[in-house]
Formats: sequence, C-alpha cells, structure tokens
Amino acid sequence: MKIVVCVSHVPDSATKVNIAGDGKSIDKTGVNFIISTYDEIALEEALRLREKNGGEVVAVSLGGDAHKETLRKSLAMGADKAVFLKSDTQPDSFAVARGLADFIKEYSPEIVLVGKQSIDTDNSAIGCMVAEMLGWPSVSVVVKLEISGGKVTAEREIEGGHEKVETKLPCVITAQKGLNDPRYPSLKGIMAAKNKPIEERTPAVIPSKVEVLSMKKPSAKSAGKIVGSDVSAVPELVRLLHEEAKVI
Amino acid sequence: MKILAFAEQRNNKLKKTAFEVVKAARTVADQLKAEVVALVVGDSVHAIAGELGTYGANRVLAVEDPRLGKYSTTAYAKAIAEIAKKEQAGIVFLSATAMGKDCGPRVAVKLDAGIAVDCTALRVDGADIIASRPVYAGKAVTDVKIHSPVKVFSLRPNVFTAGTGSRSTASVEKVPLQFSDEDFSTRVIDVTQSKGKLDVAEADIIVTGGRGLKGPENFNIIEELAGVLGGAVGASRAVVDAGWRPHGEQVGQTGKTVSPSLYIAVAVSGAIQHLAGMSSSKYIVAVNKDKDAPIFQVADYGIVGDAMEIVPAITREVKKLMGKE
Ligand SMILES: Cc1cc2nc3c(=O)[nH]c(=O)nc-3n(C[C@H](O)[C@H](O)[C@H](O)COP(=O)(O)OP(=O)(O)OC[C@H]3O[C@@H](n4cnc5c(N)ncnc54)[C@H](O)[C@@H]3O)c2cc1C
Ligand SMILES: Nc1ncnc2c1ncn2[C@@H]1O[C@H](COP(=O)(O)O)[C@@H](O)[C@H]1O
Repeated sequence: MKIVVCVSHVPDSATKVNIAGDGKSIDKTGVNFIISTYDEIALEEALRLREKNGGEVVAVSLGGDAHKETLRKSLAMGADKAVFLKSDTQPDSFAVARGLADFIKEYSPEIVLVGKQSIDTDNSAIGCMVAEMLGWPSVSVVVKLEISGGKVTAEREIEGGHEKVETKLPCVITAQKGLNDPRYPSLKGIMAAKNKPIEERTPAVIPSKVEVLSMKKPSAKSAGKIVGSDVSAVPELVRLLHEEAKVI
Repeated sequence: MKILAFAEQRNNKLKKTAFEVVKAARTVADQLKAEVVALVVGDSVHAIAGELGTYGANRVLAVEDPRLGKYSTTAYAKAIAEIAKKEQAGIVFLSATAMGKDCGPRVAVKLDAGIAVDCTALRVDGADIIASRPVYAGKAVTDVKIHSPVKVFSLRPNVFTAGTGSRSTASVEKVPLQFSDEDFSTRVIDVTQSKGKLDVAEADIIVTGGRGLKGPENFNIIEELAGVLGGAVGASRAVVDAGWRPHGEQVGQTGKTVSPSLYIAVAVSGAIQHLAGMSSSKYIVAVNKDKDAPIFQVADYGIVGDAMEIVPAITREVKKLMGKE
C-alpha cells in the first residue's frame, strides 16, 4: 500500500502569540515548531496501515526550509521517505493544496492522510481541496477507519454525534483526535531518520486567492470581578448574569 | 450580483445555522445591492425551505434527490457548485459546521474560488468583503480579502445572529440536477446522534467541567446546571484524556472553539490551550477554589470556592429566577 501523509510545520500549541512587525503574521522569535497535532495522528494511522498491509509511507510538506525539521520528525516516527516541496512564499490553502495534489497525482498512492486542520491557520481546508483536485472521495474529521479490499468505512465526528461513511480507495482521510494515540519516535527511529532521504522539489506555486490584510491579537479581556468566595455569592452572580450581562 | 447561501438541513429540518447564513448574506447583500439566493439540498426539502424567505432570501432553491437524504461530500459539493454556476453567484456562504467545513473547500475548488473558513465577522468595504477569522486557535484574528472572481466564505456557527424571521416566506423553486452513482462515491450509511444532546459548537450557553471535579460521577452537577440553562456540557482536555467525558465535548486548541453568549468554567484552571478555545465567549464565569487560577483573568464574573457547593447553588438560584418569570 502506497500511503502519503501531508504534514504541516506549526508553532507548538503552548505558544504565546505575538504579532510580527509586518502586522500580518506571528513573531517567530523563540517559538518552538512542531508537526501539527492532527498530522501526527494522520501519520500514526499511516504507519499502522503499513504495518498491517505492507507498503510505503511518504511524508510530504510544502513550505520554507524549516519544514524539513518536521519532515525529519516524521521520518523519526517511522515514515519511509520524505518529500519537501520548497516554497518561499506564503501560499494560501488553494495553492498549498495544488502543490500537494500535483505531487500526489504523480506518486499515485492508494490513500492520503492529512490532519483535520493545521493548528496555525486553522483552515480545515487542505484535505478536501486535495481530494477535489484529484477527483477522489474523502472523509474528514475521522475518528475510526477501517479498510478492507479497497472498501473504506470511516466514522467522522459531526455536531452531537457521528456519521458512518462508506467510500473506496483511493481516497483522502482527514484525521481527528481519537483516531489513535500517536507513538513517540524511538531512539532507533531518530537515528534511522538521519539516513533517510528528504527529496526536495520545486512545486508550481499558483498565486494566492486569499490575502491576509492584517493580524491582531483579540481584544484582551480584562479580568472581571470576583463576586465572592462562598455560596452566599451565588444570588448576586445570578442577578448579574440576568440583569447586567442579560445572558440568562 | 448574487450571494448563494447554502442552508443546511439535517433530517429534513433546517439547522439554526441555516438561518444565520441567510441573515448574514442579507446583511452583506443590502450593502452590496445584491440578491440573496438560498439553497437547500436534500431528499424532499422544498416543504421546509420557504421559511428562509423570512430571514431575507429573495429566492429559495431546492435540489432534491432521494440519495441526498443523507449527506455526501461529493454530491453536496456538486449541487452547491452547480447552482452557484447556474445562478452566476459571485459569493457563496456556508456555515462552518461539520458539513460546511467538509464540502466548502470542494465547492471552492470547483468554482476556482478562494475560501475564507470559519469567519467571525464580515465587513463590506466598497465592493469587497473583508472577513475576520481567528487563527492559532483564537490567539490571533486575521482580516482577509479574497481576490478570485468567485468567493466562498464559511461562517462560524452562533456568531452571526439570525434573530427571528420578519419577512414573508418565499416560494421554493425546485431545480433539477442529474446525479450519477459516481457523485455518491462517499455516502453516509449511518448517523448516531446522542439523543437530545446539544453540541458545544452550537450551544449558546456552555457549562464546562474540569479536572477539579475529581471524577466523572461529579459531572451530574454540571449536567444539571447546563440542563436548567438549556446549554451544553463542555469538558477540558484533562477530563477527556481521563476518559470521564467524550472528546466531542472538549473545548480548546485540540477540541472545539466556541463562542457562546455564556461560558461557565467549573474547576478548570484555564491553561492556554483551553483559553484558546473559549476566550471569545461573550460572558465568562469561573468557579474555582484557587483564586490565582488563570481562568479568572478572562472571566467576567468569578466565584472562588468549592464547585461541589457553588454549582448546585447556582442551579437552584437559576431555577428560582426562572420560576419568577
Ligand atoms: C498540544 C496540547 C493541546 C491541548 N489542547 C487542549 C484543549 O483542547 N483543551 C483543554 O482543555 N486543554 C488542552 N490541553 C491541556 C491543557 O494544557 C491543560 O492540561 C488542561 O486544560 C487542564 O485541564 P483542567 O483545567 O481541567 O485541569 P487542571 O489544570 O488540573 O485544573 C483543575 C482546576 O480545578 C480547580 N479545582 C480543584 N478542586 C476544585 C473544587 N473542588 N472546586 C473548584 N475548583 C477546583 C483547581 O484549582 C484547578 O484550577 C492541551 C495541551 C497540549 C500540550
Ligand atoms: N504546508 C503544508 N504542507 C503539507 N501539508 C499541509 C500543509 N498545510 C496543511 N497541510 C495538511 O493539511 C491539513 C489541513 O490543513 P489546513 O487546511 O491548513 O487547516 C494539515 O493538518 C496537514 O495535514
């Protein structure tokens, strides 16, 4: 089974966000970058599929040179190969999806796994875009995946419940928390990753359709009032919610 | 100029977000002097679609096929994109729900359109729409502009208020569309819905419990308060990881991002990943026994004390208040 996993290179979720001088992006000083949380889950699922069915897992990432770190981590977790689609611009989802889809078309895997959302831009768009560009089916926000003989059964999370979806290979799956618990790279894996290839390519990057005009921190909430420190404060709290906030 | 508003239904019932999307489209259309065309896709949905007129749709279209009774990413995306082309809509609105997030990106590709996902505000600037959308789990907000001829926006549920429909209902035009089997290459074969349970992403009031509740058995106090308020139960990651609550309830960076009118955080410390998911709530109440817990820094109102005493007291007081009215 040929499997592609798309990984994005993002700030750690504990990052305190500061806006950069351009007013359109975050200040990267001192920020620790990681493989996006859901991409780790996608990669784990890919590794399990390979363990079960044999084959090859290729991790691919599109972006600046720093993305190679994330590819290296993917190799350490167990991916067989990595493909780095080098782009020094800041492409939008459409352009990233196009670059990924072009590579995937050429490599023609049986399944593509991505994260349900990249924890930086929170677009939740790439997976379904790539599928549409390839003319493939897809299931997004997947918490359970079963594949047998080309038939795919996946459970996806929806508001207040789950949908069971049937489709077929080749397809794109976007991974949600709950699908699996990603492994930690072993020392052996980390050592082995050093010798695994990262193939560099230059994708055709189409112009972005979405322009970021500005980025701001949300207006900081000022700490409110402590209504009290025991049960006697409850009537006042409820009065405030009813009369001042008017939310109940 | 036309705005196509995709109005979501499930089980032949329009979702609240359907009205939000149509109303938001109306607001934008008034400024752009545009027309709002609402679209409902499903099995036999024309009977429920007319109500969208009351929220400002100039015309209401229905695409029907027995196979559309359950959601299919491929078929729904086709329906929306085909109608957008037929109507020459320059703007497409969807809601950023499980369905809208799934088919929206496909619609964008089919229309060669840029997409702004999960918008929390829309502003008209001349002939352009400037959309605000949170990034980094809400730790920052970007303003974006789409440059492609066709533009797709998905709107975060619960942020754009629909109010009540005040116009007259619209007559519904059924639009014939042909679907092949290949269009249903993904099909939903089963839906499991927790009965009568409100999802945190859609709720207007959320009561969230954290690890300080000590065990799953103590979540009854959270459920009761959520119950009297007509809200949903939320959970911190610590309690989801401990297996006390399902992941669907998790609020935060790796859970759901929510913006209810009222968010009550009980025995939640307020870790940065939790705050990321809820700090855009309109009003935040914190109940925590530690007066230095970071959650108090974002709370509008706080009570320092034992959740096991405070929460049942709030439930009683709310019941009393409601009894009075
Ligand atoms: C990559 C990553 C992603 C994450 N994503 C999320 C996410 O999506 N959502 C999320 O919530 N977290 C997330 N976290 C975890 C986060 O860092 C915290 O660990 C978590 O939010 C803590 O949950 P908590 O507040 O319930 O527990 P704790 O931090 O243990 O807080 C418990 C609180 O209860 C109070 N308390 C104790 N007893 C009582 C009592 N009797 N009455 C009142 N108060 C009491 C304590 O004072 C304390 O403040 C993430 C972490 C990482 C690394
Ligand atoms: N630059 C990128 N390179 C490779 N994969 C990416 C990139 N950006 C996003 N992805 C993948 O697409 C998923 C969804 O991202 P997004 O649509 O940006 O939220 C991520 O979880 C990744 O799996």
